[in-house]
Amino acid sequence: MENVVITKESDARGSFCPGPLMELIRMVRDAEVGDVLAVISSDAGSQKDLPAWVAKAKHELLGQEDVDGAVKFIIKKTH
Amino acid sequence: MKNILIIGGGTGGCIVANTLAKKLDDDEAQITVISASEQHHYQPGWLYVPFGREDARSLTRPVRSLLKKQINLLIGKVEQLDNENQQVILDNGDTVTYDYLVIATGSVPCPQDIPGLSEGGNHFYTEKDSFALYQILQEFRGGKVVIGVGGLPYKCPVAPLEFTFLFEEFIKEKGLRDKTEITYTFPLNAVFNIPSVAEVAEPILQERNINIETFFNLEEVKADEKKALSLEGTELDYDLLIMIPPHRGVPFLQGHDIADAKGWVKTNKQTLHAGDHKNIWALGDTTDIPISKAGSTAHFEGPVIAKQIVADIRGQELGEDCVYEGHVMCFLETGYSKASIIDFDYSSPPVLKAPNALMHYQKMAFNKAYWYLIPTATI
Repeated sequence: MENVVITKESDARGSFCPGPLMELIRMVRDAEVGDVLAVISSDAGSQKDLPAWVAKAKHELLGQEDVDGAVKFIIKKTH
Repeated sequence: MKNILIIGGGTGGCIVANTLAKKLDDDEAQITVISASEQHHYQPGWLYVPFGREDARSLTRPVRSLLKKQINLLIGKVEQLDNENQQVILDNGDTVTYDYLVIATGSVPCPQDIPGLSEGGNHFYTEKDSFALYQILQEFRGGKVVIGVGGLPYKCPVAPLEFTFLFEEFIKEKGLRDKTEITYTFPLNAVFNIPSVAEVAEPILQERNINIETFFNLEEVKADEKKALSLEGTELDYDLLIMIPPHRGVPFLQGHDIADAKGWVKTNKQTLHAGDHKNIWALGDTTDIPISKAGSTAHFEGPVIAKQIVADIRGQELGEDCVYEGHVMCFLETGYSKASIIDFDYSSPPVLKAPNALMHYQKMAFNKAYWYLIPTATI
């Protein structure tokens, strides 16, 4: 993931389901096609819901990284 | 003598005002309520209006009639909150000052936030819209019906599910069930955001042959083509679209320092203080607390705020009951004269009982008893 340039990042730690997912949806709505977005979540439900939403919406999950026990989801807006 | 100002004549505002009036002597404080409307609406009753089970006109009473006589009532819209000078400015130019401020301005459905929704969609979240939907259902003869949640957050969280159940019962009684396809949509990967509620509701939807479309975040309504489009790329054809619009806080809060861009007041989830302001509180739909926007929330929050204000005026220590623990309780109507109860707080997720007739009739009784028990702060 070192070569990926993140366009916009949001720290949603401390916010519970559906907070991190709704934050990602808000970011996708505001982003341009091709932008790379990152959301950091400490909510366990995000592990399932965020990748599932990205797949349903046909965007691309570029990766997940550990950030002090939370997870940073890195997503590319594809359309 | 202290000036206590409460903005909002809805459930939360009336509860705080009446609780304070009961606890404080007349020479301790002047309590003023500013209400944008002369009327107080029992909003949960609008769920029943489209089906002809309630008359919208019977769901309203004058705010004045719900407030104790020593409470001063001003009818007007707040245009500006000047918290540095502890005053608010009304739309007629009047200025009202305060020592303590309680913001109970609720939430506003905003169909204009989704292109085409105002033109193509219906809902039952205002008196006018619930009656308009009643008229539409009177003429309904079958077709594709899409019912859902157009965006988060929104108030009365289970109401779209309840509406779906009641609608299915309504068209069955009219003999239109075999001519009607119903689809229920929700923005998340479940039919509701609380798992235990979703576990009860989803099988009922399936039993009643209602299609479920999850991860449906309404992006646009093409009214002329009768299509609802989601951010996820799903396209639903409809003959009748009933979509709960996304909500915002009231205009004077949108972008204010104490609120976010959508007008939700940044609120401490336990003390209900607005940010770091020790003399400003918010409750009910007004807050940004990630909890149900419902009258029940305001009902349990109101006394917490009133006790803090009384303690401050009298120089008393705050008791343990001056903390809001996230208590919410509401009914879930499932149609066919059955209902369940959802009761939870920050530390205890709801455990739902199977829907039954007793809870439905409790809900019916509550709808009538509301006026005597809740805004008056009797319970």
